[in-house]
Amino acid sequence: MEATAEKAEEKKYVDAGIQKGLDALTPEKVEKAINRVFRAETGARLKAYEEICVRCGLCADGCHYYLSHEGDPAYAPVGKVKQTLWKLLKKRGRITPEELERVALVAYTECNLCRRCAMYCPLGIDTAYIITVVRRLCHLLGITPRYIQDTAHSHSVTMNQMWVKEDEWIDSLLWQEEEAREEIPTLRIPLDKEGADIMYSVIAPEPKFQPQLIYYAAVILNECGMDWTMPSMPGWDNSDMAMFTGDVELMGRLKRSHFERAQKLRVKRVVMGECGHAFRAVYDVGNRWLGWRDFPVEVVHAIDFYWQMLQEGRLKVKKKFERPVTLHDPCNIVRGRGLHEKARDLVRAFCSNFTEMHPNREHNYCCCAGGGVINCGPPYKKVRVEGNSIKADQLKATGAEVVIAPCHNCHSGLKDIIEAYDVGMELSFFSEIIYECMEKPNAVEG
Amino acid sequence: MIGQSSWDWQPGKRRIQEAAACSSDVVWMEEPVASPDGERLAVVVNLEDAVFGLCVNGELLEETFEKIWGLGFSPDGRMTAIVSREMEWTVAVEGVPWETTFGFVWNLSFSRSGDRIGAAVQQEMSYGVAVDGVPWPELFDNASNFALSADGLHSAAVVQTVSMGAADIEAFQKGCYSIAVDAKAWDRSFVNVWSPVFDPEGSRVAAQSRQSLYDYTVVVDGTPWDQTFASVWEPAFHPKSGAVVAPVRSGGKWGMAENGTLVWPARYSQLWHQAFDESGATLAAIAAPSYGRFTVAVNDRPWENSFSVMTDLAMSPDGRHIGALGKEEDDWTVIVDDRPWPGRYDMIYPISVSPDGGHAAVRAERNGRFLIVLDGKEYGETFERAWDPIFNPEGDKVLIRGIQEGTCFRIVAGVEDF
Ligand code: SF4
Ligand code: SF4
Repeated sequence: MEATAEKAEEKKYVDAGIQKGLDALTPEKVEKAINRVFRAETGARLKAYEEICVRCGLCADGCHYYLSHEGDPAYAPVGKVKQTLWKLLKKRGRITPEELERVALVAYTECNLCRRCAMYCPLGIDTAYIITVVRRLCHLLGITPRYIQDTAHSHSVTMNQMWVKEDEWIDSLLWQEEEAREEIPTLRIPLDKEGADIMYSVIAPEPKFQPQLIYYAAVILNECGMDWTMPSMPGWDNSDMAMFTGDVELMGRLKRSHFERAQKLRVKRVVMGECGHAFRAVYDVGNRWLGWRDFPVEVVHAIDFYWQMLQEGRLKVKKKFERPVTLHDPCNIVRGRGLHEKARDLVRAFCSNFTEMHPNREHNYCCCAGGGVINCGPPYKKVRVEGNSIKADQLKATGAEVVIAPCHNCHSGLKDIIEAYDVGMELSFFSEIIYECMEKPNAVEG
Repeated sequence: MIGQSSWDWQPGKRRIQEAAACSSDVVWMEEPVASPDGERLAVVVNLEDAVFGLCVNGELLEETFEKIWGLGFSPDGRMTAIVSREMEWTVAVEGVPWETTFGFVWNLSFSRSGDRIGAAVQQEMSYGVAVDGVPWPELFDNASNFALSADGLHSAAVVQTVSMGAADIEAFQKGCYSIAVDAKAWDRSFVNVWSPVFDPEGSRVAAQSRQSLYDYTVVVDGTPWDQTFASVWEPAFHPKSGAVVAPVRSGGKWGMAENGTLVWPARYSQLWHQAFDESGATLAAIAAPSYGRFTVAVNDRPWENSFSVMTDLAMSPDGRHIGALGKEEDDWTVIVDDRPWPGRYDMIYPISVSPDGGHAAVRAERNGRFLIVLDGKEYGETFERAWDPIFNPEGDKVLIRGIQEGTCFRIVAGVEDF
């Protein structure tokens, strides 16, 4: 009974972001947007995917939603394409508001753009790309879930995703510097240091909710003797929910702000905190939309940076983290960048009791929060959690007490999974373990 | 920046100060900053727990603060820093704080001559601008993207004009942001408005704007262009006619629009950082004629040399010489009038152009040492640290400021010394 009542309650949820757009749509507007996206903005890749897919369903086992829903074909990658792209192409302007609502919900909340299924398709079809195109269309139709749309609004005003005001950002850095000086009296978070080797950039939840992560990074950078800086002005946030809403114009604006801040400071490279989607936006997507083949300033994910520090002997292990740990491979930096072995080198260097989860590395299951799904907010938490029971099984099987997740979205997504399925595990970023276990030559005793 | 005739332009090298010296015992010091005339070297020093001071040419100034950041010099040579005592912030000029204090102060900006100092301020969680210590009479729920006119008499910022609840996307999309000029917001609000730009006289303001989530345009003194585009970048005023030009995106490519009408067809993969010469006859911009290749386009004609990255457009006042920085792999070079200089560097700082436009000079870095390069020729000495070269008003000498073996020197070199 309770479950039915819950379902009925769930049905009542009307997403203001989607509904507002649906109310304003006409068949002509839909037709126009479809033509724009499918004729002017996409090309051979999408057409080839559409034509060569033989509907074999081999991609199904690649998707955590499908595996977590007992093989419901609606959650198979090809099932999602059927409910979205194929329906749009078939019905065009005649698509009903109910069908369009379903298109938006599938695209924004039932696919993490994790690209795992692309490895299972014998023809190499990348369903995440297809769903990204569908999201672009949803953006143009104004049918984007409210909370992620609000995040994009924040990006557009403040150039960060959490409405952090200009003074609040600087104040957070000064505060963390002051805190850290109690431990390391000479520690600095150098603001706007022109010509520093490194600009360290983060995502906005760090100053807003997890300032201790800035503290840990500052300690690591200082104790490794790096010449580094953080910018006082916008461009410090490397995240990009506009990439996931389909607002590519705003995505480009954000990435320009990030890169131009680094260029203005004349740094040699940008080291990014432990976030996966932000890395994808900076390293792979936003930079290319702006017209750069690569990136105008080298970008390095924190894992890569810590690994380099370890190789160079700047980062030294004082003691090992002894609790049993496992490692979650975030999609955007493992399938997207191949940092899995470097991550394992770090785990082995700092942890004495490491158990792999299976499958792992590029075959790892997504956290189910990425791709902007978690930013669609509390109304879709259930979809996320139910769509990833397979992750809970995977975590439990390791017997670990701590899971290292070097990505903010993964962190938040796994937290919900751990709670919902009673996994009984703690979460950690690499920086937390490194901070705890590294040598700190400049720290005051005790 | 061009140096002042009152500075010492006698050719030669003069020792200024040991970079790491201060008359008091200090726990540690930050990076030193040289004054524009090269006569002073300033540094923030930590004296004890939460006590910071300013050391100028080795002498500790009297006033100390709980925190200091943003140390620099105005173009007219006054030392400025953002300072705090008892949780209140203000600006210290020559170590003396403004009388007015604020909840927070940031983003120091100067008029072109340096005679006026502006800053973004927050007071009791309301936001605005203060110039020479005087805050706007009206503050806003939020203010950002602060800009000062060239004469420093006017200031502008993006301001929030309508309060919004959490995740109120409907209110947001009706338009809650505008530009305030000297604390007065334009009559109309927009979904977004970014980066106000003053005309050379400081009497008009243009900004990028988003009218809906999809329609971008330029707003001039509160009135949007009639035309909208898929995106726009920063506008610039024509120095004579007052027309406003901005890069706009149309049909998946970028072109240049003047008062809303395309004057450079949309054919670039990227187009930004446009600038006029003094007469307005020359309009140049960083452009990507093909995907992944950047160059400079002058009056819509791209140069032949292209690079994977291009930045820092600079132009002589008469528009006859144009320079920019280009990067290929990890190597930077300077390109002037479509001719790359021979040297390759790990980093190059913005180009200084002599007043007559006849010479260009840069600060560059190679293997951790800094050099000064003029018209492609390197000065014979290198530095651990250096600042941008400055031309004298006649354009035949260059002031070099740099640190060698821990000591700061000022060198006046003739252009023939390179
Ligand atoms: S969630 Fe991942 S595996 Fe599933 S359809 Fe989307 S991209 Fe493919
Ligand atoms: S495996 Fe590939 S070809 Fe087969 S249904 Fe999935 S996407 Fe289509």
